[in-house]
Amino acid sequence: MNTVSNPSRRRFLSASVQTSGLLLTLNLLPAAGLIAQTNEASDFTPSIFIRIDTDGTVTVICHRSEMGQQIRTSVAQIIADELEADWARIVIEQATGDPIYGDQNTDGSRSIRRNLTRLRQAGASARQLLRQAAAKTWGVSVDECDASNHLVTHQPSGRTLGYGDLVTAAAELTLPDPATVELKTRQQWRYIGKAVQSVDIDDVIHGNAIYGFDVKLPDMQIAVIARPPVLFGQVKQIDEQAVRKIVGVTGVVRLPALSAPAGFNALGGVAVLATNSWAALKGRDALNIEWEHGSNASYDSNQYREQLLATSRKLGTLVREHGDVDAALENATQRISAEYTVPHLSQAPMEPPAAAARVDQDSAEIWACTQTPQATRREVARALEMEEAQVTVNVTMLGGAFGRKSKPDFSVEAALLAKHTGKPVKVIWSREDDIKHGYYHSVSAQRIEAGLDAEGNTTGWLHRTVFPTISSTFDPSQTYPSSGELDLGFSDNPFEIANMRLEKGEAKAHVRIGWLRSVANVYHAFAVQSFAHELAVAAKRDPKDYLLELIGRSRHIDLPAAGVEYGNYGDPIELYPIDTGRLANVVRVVAERADWKAKRAKGCKLGIAVHRSFLTYVATVVEVEVDDQGRWTIPSVHVAIDAGTVVNTDHVKAQCEGGSIYGLSCAIGQITATGGVIDQGNFNDYLVTRINQAPGSIDVHIVESDAPPAGVGEPSTPPFAPAFCNALYEATGQRIRQLPVPLRLPVS
Amino acid sequence: MKVTVNGKPIDYNGDPQMPVLWFLRDELDMTGTKFGCGMALCGACTVHLDGQAIRSCVTPMSAAADKKITTIEGLGNGQEHVLQKAWKTHNVPQCGYCQSGQIMQAASFLAQNPNPSESEIDVAMTGNICRCGTYTRIRAAIKTAAEDLA
Repeated sequence: MNTVSNPSRRRFLSASVQTSGLLLTLNLLPAAGLIAQTNEASDFTPSIFIRIDTDGTVTVICHRSEMGQQIRTSVAQIIADELEADWARIVIEQATGDPIYGDQNTDGSRSIRRNLTRLRQAGASARQLLRQAAAKTWGVSVDECDASNHLVTHQPSGRTLGYGDLVTAAAELTLPDPATVELKTRQQWRYIGKAVQSVDIDDVIHGNAIYGFDVKLPDMQIAVIARPPVLFGQVKQIDEQAVRKIVGVTGVVRLPALSAPAGFNALGGVAVLATNSWAALKGRDALNIEWEHGSNASYDSNQYREQLLATSRKLGTLVREHGDVDAALENATQRISAEYTVPHLSQAPMEPPAAAARVDQDSAEIWACTQTPQATRREVARALEMEEAQVTVNVTMLGGAFGRKSKPDFSVEAALLAKHTGKPVKVIWSREDDIKHGYYHSVSAQRIEAGLDAEGNTTGWLHRTVFPTISSTFDPSQTYPSSGELDLGFSDNPFEIANMRLEKGEAKAHVRIGWLRSVANVYHAFAVQSFAHELAVAAKRDPKDYLLELIGRSRHIDLPAAGVEYGNYGDPIELYPIDTGRLANVVRVVAERADWKAKRAKGCKLGIAVHRSFLTYVATVVEVEVDDQGRWTIPSVHVAIDAGTVVNTDHVKAQCEGGSIYGLSCAIGQITATGGVIDQGNFNDYLVTRINQAPGSIDVHIVESDAPPAGVGEPSTPPFAPAFCNALYEATGQRIRQLPVPLRLPVS
Repeated sequence: MKVTVNGKPIDYNGDPQMPVLWFLRDELDMTGTKFGCGMALCGACTVHLDGQAIRSCVTPMSAAADKKITTIEGLGNGQEHVLQKAWKTHNVPQCGYCQSGQIMQAASFLAQNPNPSESEIDVAMTGNICRCGTYTRIRAAIKTAAEDLA
């Protein structure tokens, strides 16, 4: 395997401290000329991603955050491939937060879909430059010089020069325009599309990888914060006598109270600073605080669910319509309706939020497990009243993220405390902090009503969705689902039904609402795919066959053309159409892999669901076994994914395995609130999948495709819960419309 | 009090109630052992105390007096442990944060049960949460390690 940057703490910090936030460290290297000519870096400047040293070491700068998806490996695979670099001589360096890289926000399953082409172009441009350098050195035509595996060869004479030997000559030349360089053909790919092992695996299994929680700065204090139990609550009175007596505690600091909008701001509360984590945690527990809870203290999530359901029963605001649903329902032979609710969820990454900060008069530096280093830089600069250029954001490894670490509030806390105390501060969140003070996955209620004709065909479909919007976190006047959320599995309904109407309803948020892996797709897929199964049951048809009938003919659904606002995950609909042919294909593939029609062991049943999200098509078959006590297990899961072009087959499989298990966690977990306070606090009452609940096997089939690359990190999560619940129905006759699924189903 | 960490004897004079986790991380700068829950609910902090897997987040230093602590950094005594090899064979880790604890739990378990069944693996590993969902690969890797030991 390759040599990778081995981030022991010392090296990690020294490297970070030397990095001034731009690529100035590049000046230290012989390849400076390569960089110098591209100071005005655009999105397509390859030199921001690649550095070549005279010893031939190729350093790939990874501008995406590593949170388990192995993006550091994939980015390197792409660049090394087009560069024709020897994998053993690749070193990965993590980029700081800087707009020079273009988008760095590692969410929305877009690292590969937005970067495959530009990183290929960067690699190819550098390869072309090295060929030109060799041609000039030898005084021959560049066409006679081939680059392969870290070596340029003059074909007629057989002379060779290594990449390191060419750095000085290359620095004299003008970098070829990345947009016009010739890319390798698919057949020539050396690393792309292969199961290359993660560059970080050695560090991880030996405990050497450095996460946000692990950062240690000289003279650093640890901070643990008592945050208001209710959003926008405030400290009324505080008794800190007991805290001051704890050995190691160095200070108690009140943070400014927060008022709406929450945004990415610090939540407020009281910080205990100490020389070690234990003292800080103990100190926080010893704080005696009386809180003024404020207006969100009225929030009761059970009542709220009933309110959402009541809204879903009333006429909503139109999102999409064709045909005449009212007439279709009236004339139907069978009329079926169902209501689905999904509770709040917490992302609960294994590593809770943590960030370290160093702040002085003229500059600030952050070390954080952040998905979004640029937003971190922006928010920290704002909180410190500095220019963004004065703030450097170093990105550590992320111990899971799932959307939680797209919000830089914890870095803002660290920055405020470092400024206040004049010393470096690391803020650590306990698990209770994480569960009780999150940006929660939105609670939702949905109602679907359909009409079936005498043959059991669905002729009308009326779907209403009601949930507090993520937009409310940034603008409290927002009380309707945003189109960006409706895009996620609601307005892009793929069924070919003659009469369809989709409506949204109003809901006011009482907690911070935020992104969680696959976002609104979780609840939309749960409702739509559960209801598809309910219709199959009503029509007395095989659920897989009926699902294919609902999807209908192979076609492209052009929502913008139909006048429906649709963002398509930020990518052009022409390039990434809603392709019902590909949707149906993954259904057929997964059914075949799961041997859908085969007889199962007693008590074992299958459920199926399919969903397009992040431009990717995933179908899932879940096999459940339920014993006579109502306890379920999952002997097997089959997943078929069509994500277009994929970069690393093993990572895609791993994401589908993990995404399915995350989907199971979404089905069994719940966050509730009483009096505005979150009821859960740790893994004893916020249930997440453990190994004994995990599927016995997960078979992942990647559909071979040369379509443009689509998302991978999220799309396997949405179909899991409906496939699981559909299987539970087959096994028990119990229809679960209100999540969570109990670990033990009622036995009649 | 005296405690041995990865073969190295250390004098400790701090708060005897401080959990082993924070001693390792804050005092010894050994950050391979992770904080996940602070209540022995997730297993991310698992280390060995005289060869037994324990949750270092709830184990006070007083309980480690005159005992041997082994952490992920010391597993295998400088060699790659058979489980670490198996972890690589199956590309188990995603984010990696829980994997120190997973490996330490599995190492203690395999030492006691070198030829486990799948359900025995599940029972032994139930206390170790992985939010990335690497469970099927963890099972496979433990089986591979058991075969390698046989």
